[in-house]
Amino acid sequence: MKTAVPFIDRMRETARIRWSDFAFIGIFVVLILISSVVSETFFTSRNLINISRQIVTNGLISIGMLVVILTGGVDLSVGSTVALCGIMATGLQKQMPVPAAILVALAVGIAVGTANGFFIARFKLQPFIVTLATMGVVRGVTYVFSETPQTPVYPAFRALLGGGFVGPVPTASIIMVVCFAIIWVFLNRTIPGRAVVAIGGNEEAVRLAGINVKGHLLLAYILCGFFAAIAGILLASRLGISQPSFGAGFELDAIAAVVIGGGILGGGGGGAVGTFWGVLILGVIDNLLNQYNVQSYYQQIIKGLIILAAVLSRRKK
Amino acid sequence: MIADGFLVMSGIHKRFGGTVALRNVSMSAACGEVHALVGENGAGKSTLMNVLSGAVLPDSGRILIDGVPVIMSTPHQANKLGVRAVHQEFSLVPHLTIAENILMGKMPSRHGLWVDWREAHLRARRILGDLGFTHLDERARVSRLSVSHQQIVEIAKALAEKPRILILDEPSAVLSKDELDLLFSLIRRLKTDNTLVVYISHRLEEVFEIADRITVLRDGELVDTVHRSSVSQSDLIRMMVGRSMEEIYPRRSTKPGARILTVERLSRDGEFRDVSFSLHSGEVVGMFGLIGSGRSAVARSIFGAEPAASGSILVEEKRVRLRSPHDAVSAGISLVTEDRKRDGLVMSCSIRDNVSLASLWRMSRSIFLDRVRQARLVQEKVQELAVRPAAIDRLVRTLSGGNQQKIVLAKWLLSQTKVLLLDEPTRGVDIGAKVEIYHLINNLVAEGVGVLLISSEMPEVLGMSDRVLVMREGVLVGDLTRAEATEELLLQYAAGVAQDELRSAGTKGQT
Repeated sequence: MKTAVPFIDRMRETARIRWSDFAFIGIFVVLILISSVVSETFFTSRNLINISRQIVTNGLISIGMLVVILTGGVDLSVGSTVALCGIMATGLQKQMPVPAAILVALAVGIAVGTANGFFIARFKLQPFIVTLATMGVVRGVTYVFSETPQTPVYPAFRALLGGGFVGPVPTASIIMVVCFAIIWVFLNRTIPGRAVVAIGGNEEAVRLAGINVKGHLLLAYILCGFFAAIAGILLASRLGISQPSFGAGFELDAIAAVVIGGGILGGGGGGAVGTFWGVLILGVIDNLLNQYNVQSYYQQIIKGLIILAAVLSRRKK
Repeated sequence: MIADGFLVMSGIHKRFGGTVALRNVSMSAACGEVHALVGENGAGKSTLMNVLSGAVLPDSGRILIDGVPVIMSTPHQANKLGVRAVHQEFSLVPHLTIAENILMGKMPSRHGLWVDWREAHLRARRILGDLGFTHLDERARVSRLSVSHQQIVEIAKALAEKPRILILDEPSAVLSKDELDLLFSLIRRLKTDNTLVVYISHRLEEVFEIADRITVLRDGELVDTVHRSSVSQSDLIRMMVGRSMEEIYPRRSTKPGARILTVERLSRDGEFRDVSFSLHSGEVVGMFGLIGSGRSAVARSIFGAEPAASGSILVEEKRVRLRSPHDAVSAGISLVTEDRKRDGLVMSCSIRDNVSLASLWRMSRSIFLDRVRQARLVQEKVQELAVRPAAIDRLVRTLSGGNQQKIVLAKWLLSQTKVLLLDEPTRGVDIGAKVEIYHLINNLVAEGVGVLLISSEMPEVLGMSDRVLVMREGVLVGDLTRAEATEELLLQYAAGVAQDELRSAGTKGQT
């Protein structure tokens, strides 16, 4: 009897896959088609490499944002964390070896995440408010810490991470893809990962199943801070400088990528694969608009409309 | 009284996903009538009334009011046609005043801009006064009111519109005896005003007191509409349930074994005090009490969800400290909560995720999930409980209520629990699934699990329990054996009619 059920009906029955969740693939294909028609340079290897490097920052932030959104929260402080960790990684290079500076920057990202997670989990505060506060605090600390408006980086640091290549592929892009793979394994194949996904669906049910909800919330925000730190380090490394003003508004792009990829603010939806596509879509759009020298104001309008469309297409009946 | 046919609903059909909630249901009622709607949980009473009040659009079927076909696709449209519903879930805004809630959407104003508070309070005062509820202060915030007073505000809000059809969905559940008498006199007055009152209740005594006619639903289908005088209570029960008691509550042959859970002088301010009882392996102890008597709070504190302020808990004669659900699960205690949607299931996750939630550690290698082992364990439980469909990657949201409840139970079966606390385990479950759940409880008991069965359905408590505890206002007032317990006795204890001499009975029968 089981074999008699057509494949497509079986998919519907298990309801694991809803095609509306894959709307982002359609959007992506359409985008690629448009790009190949309107732009001669889009499919040049140089431009493709460019895109793959440009999406790294948003890609890494989105990974952390995904984990937090899955728990039903949000993290607005990631943009500030990117700036602070970038400044740390570059500014400390005068005092210590580059790897040590990188480790300090990563530790700072983890510290910001820990602070967010602590207030949210321990005192049951709203993630929006807590991370809005840390967003300001972290940005302020960044300005205090950076004595000069711009901090240059060591050429070696730049060549290795942000500017490095493995064959034709940028090192930073490889790091991002590996991080996506890790987070997919985390969310789908580990015990804490499944708990994180379940918490966003129904926190109280998870607590009553004997699972430590607070610990998992803390973990989610730590991961978010950690990935934002990697993003900040790679961004500084790619640009060759670091500025305390970096990363403003990055949290919105990350939320957008997660939502386009099937994420639901408040929890109960989203995944690593979808978020990856969301990042790609936003990256391609940015690239196209940049090629046509479209002003960034219009870019924001278009991105906003895409987010609305993504949410509309998945709205509950 | 105008002839029958003021309200006609015919051929109403409604599906929710895979489950049929209403199948070709028809009923008609006259104005000036009190028409009761009875049936088991999940029989379709609420869905039928949601159709009538515009909250749910039927898949097919017709509704006529006063001979005119109407389409009600929103509650707003229903309101305009004179249909008002008072649901079990209140639609009040807690941080606004009584007056604002009653007059919501039609607050009196000056120049259409400024709220005319004096006029608003006057009107609210008058509405409450007309209804006989003069003791409520219209300026009080709704969030400060007791649940029964909130219910009264809800009714006042509905009646402020002077509806032609008033639907009351289990209004008595939270009302005291005096308030209920007030409500009944109000309903009788509405009758003389030619209002049709549709009264949903599972308390048959009330139905017989107030209703003119009774429509019985079972499993989404119409059984019959009868006159009050032409049936007895037991006739009605048989119509509702469709089978005899012996078929519903399967007999158990197991004898209780060693003491597995002991609760001593458990207290939490404002919720319950000095609650002491014990539970043996292979035993079902029923816990009966009216809503708000503290039954659920006791269960939640034993489970560590909201730990008690004082008292002690012993599992297998060993004292345990249960400060969180995590501690309780480790100690072998589990809790099936009364509202599976709110805190029992993760609706957005699959059967697999939900069933394994309390025993993830059993299917892991270090932090990694052993998906093969997980699938095998979950599949076993899903088949054992006959969950339909048995596809473990299906989202829980798409299952029927009964199957969802089986998923909750499967979660705790998999966690190898010793003490199972069940809080209203058959609420919102159809009779077929109910019987399956009862069988499941008996199987668990045969394996030596101790079960505390909290229920407000008296037949369930009496049919399933070896002993029955009764709670009233946070105090354990009765501890009865199966032989002693009767419906009358339970109600007397629960409502406080029986004497307080039994207050000390909490420690009885623990030898």
